[in-house]
Amino acid sequence: MTFVRDLVFMWEILPELLKGLVVTFQLTTLALVTGVILAVPVALVRKYTRGPLNWLATAYVEIFRGTPLLVQLFVVYYGLPELGIVFDRFTAAWAALFLNSAAYQSEYIRGAIGAVSEGQLIAARALGMKPLAAFRWVVMPQALRLALPAWSNEVAYMVKYVSVVYLIGAMELFTRGQIIISRTLKVVPVLLEVAAIYIIVVVAITRVMDYVEHRFSIPGLETSGMRREF
Amino acid sequence: MVEPILKVEDIHKAYGKTEVLRGVSLHVLPGEVIVIIGPSGTGKSTLLRCINLLTPPDKGRVWLEGVEVTDKATDINKVRERIGMVFQDFNLFNHLTALQNVRLALIKVKGMPVKEATDKAMMELEKVGLGDKADNYPAELSGGQKQRVAIARSLAMEPKVMLFDEPTSALDPELIGEVLEVMQNLAEEGMTMLIVSHEMGFAREVADRIIFLEGGVVVEDGPPEQLFTKPQHPRTREFLHKLTELYGEHAESRTRRRRR
Repeated sequence: MTFVRDLVFMWEILPELLKGLVVTFQLTTLALVTGVILAVPVALVRKYTRGPLNWLATAYVEIFRGTPLLVQLFVVYYGLPELGIVFDRFTAAWAALFLNSAAYQSEYIRGAIGAVSEGQLIAARALGMKPLAAFRWVVMPQALRLALPAWSNEVAYMVKYVSVVYLIGAMELFTRGQIIISRTLKVVPVLLEVAAIYIIVVVAITRVMDYVEHRFSIPGLETSGMRREF
Repeated sequence: MVEPILKVEDIHKAYGKTEVLRGVSLHVLPGEVIVIIGPSGTGKSTLLRCINLLTPPDKGRVWLEGVEVTDKATDINKVRERIGMVFQDFNLFNHLTALQNVRLALIKVKGMPVKEATDKAMMELEKVGLGDKADNYPAELSGGQKQRVAIARSLAMEPKVMLFDEPTSALDPELIGEVLEVMQNLAEEGMTMLIVSHEMGFAREVADRIIFLEGGVVVEDGPPEQLFTKPQHPRTREFLHKLTELYGEHAESRTRRRRR
């Protein structure tokens, strides 16, 4: 009977958890999209420039890859207000996740650009293409394909990383679960349900990303089946 | 007196302390086919790259049709449109089909409408005998086919001069002939060509002039008959002798077989 009661309980809390899942999705998508927008220029600066700009980009990547996401989150949410910069929970969560993800994504992209042979760029320049055009039409389409496997890993990580924002109380999936636990004291059913939701979501995302990789794969530039870590 | 289409004057290029080119000059007349030979590491490829400034020379000047390429005021991208270049390792764009490879620069550099560029690209592919491979990606082509697509890609831009940097060196022996044949047709059509190659048979048959480059300078420059039968310089003789030992007469027979 306990088992059935638990199932009913789990069914009843599902809508509340799904509300949290929506926030998880929002944070994941926002962090990844804004992340890639920052990651491309950072990768280009690190790959093609020298001097202060390069140092700055390198320092940024090293700091955000070299410190725990949790520390970054606390600095943004608890540290910056002391300097007069105050965020609400959601914005703070987004800012930390986005800066962290951009650092990793810039490395995937930088590695992928490096994997496109220099001869490609030389051939494009020899045809009279300007540097940016050669990059846009020849290097980037290949680099993005090569970065896809690493990128789909990033998506799967991010969905789960988002749960650390529980520690500043942003209302994503895991936080919702914790609130239900503190209200009902049913630890195991709630955690099991939260875990099940994560698994379903991550498996679904992986399938979608596999399809995307397949969809964009080109003979000679196949990446499916490979999981690249740059 | 015909004006040279391409003039190279006193080109110097050093990598660190290594002087690769130490004052190379040459005049190329319209329609002339020049084969540059010489030991490896002697600056042959560097010389070609100095002509379209893929490698900017340290010193010296280059003119194409009377316009100074090395002048800072010259738009090098405009010049490169008129100098075709074919590479040893093809450098086809891996993410594009043969057809897309040939038409990319037509669209993005010349600003040609897609339809027109597609037709022109198709025509160029047919000219090198690869009309049926238009939709294949580079990974699906043989080395010889890749190099023919690369030649078509250059020709589509309607260059005034074509530079070939060891176009057959990365090919399996049985694929060399098809590339040389395309080049020979091109020569017969009157294209001005500067070719770095070890294919002596081809050089002998197709070249108007052969330039022997060694130690970063032109050692000898003359018609094939002169270089092959009575080279003026002992180093030329030595080098040609070594080549014959290495490649034997079969290097020669490859194009002979195809002679019409």
